[in-house]
Amino acid sequence: MTAEGRDPGLQPERTRLAWRRTTLSCTVVALLAVKQALHSGASPAGIVAVALSALAWLGFLLVAHRRVLGMGTARPQPLSALGALTAGACTVALAVFAAAMLF
Amino acid sequence: MIEFVQSLRLWFAPQRIREEGDTPDYRFSLANERTFLAWIRTALALIGGGFAVDQFLPELVWGIRAGLALALLAAGVLCALRAINHWVRCERAMRRGEDLPVSRFPTLLGLAVAVVAVAMVVVVLFGWEGR
Repeated sequence: MTAEGRDPGLQPERTRLAWRRTTLSCTVVALLAVKQALHSGASPAGIVAVALSALAWLGFLLVAHRRVLGMGTARPQPLSALGALTAGACTVALAVFAAAMLF
Repeated sequence: MIEFVQSLRLWFAPQRIREEGDTPDYRFSLANERTFLAWIRTALALIGGGFAVDQFLPELVWGIRAGLALALLAAGVLCALRAINHWVRCERAMRRGEDLPVSRFPTLLGLAVAVVAVAMVVVVLFGWEGR
């Protein structure tokens, strides 16, 4: 990115880092989910829970990756509603699996 | 409530946001996006807290442990849904040139977290040996 095309407030960079932080938080939660599921031995339900949590994590990763790539330009496009919805849905999914694993 | 149903419709018909008003300065959209992400991180932290209660307090009675974990998980879910809703409403308000929406959600979340924290203190101090 050239100095002229760069945003003086570094808004795209800050947004990109915000996505990175959020992906990191999501990874921690997904790892906790895996630990939880395998804690009581590798039962079929546990394997399913691990697979679903991994899927939710991958979904989040995909949205984050696309946004991080999109931040490469000087004037990025706004976040799409589908992206926001997917990120939110993956977060909710992790919580639902966590609740299901309690029982 | 009607307001909420209207924005719920916007969640699933994103092109309707684009049809309204003018595209705001990209910096405003990015700031809105970062606020959304900060709320998602809050939600993830609450969900992680729910996992942590269940995994790292094994001495607790099952009922209390599950109750605390479910409270934290429910707060996380609410927080994530509210993050989407608030993002959509801010995006729409910016396009229409209206005031940004106000919300009592931060107050409620703060109170809920305080209640859970006090419950944890009570449980750890008095309910520790219940197995």
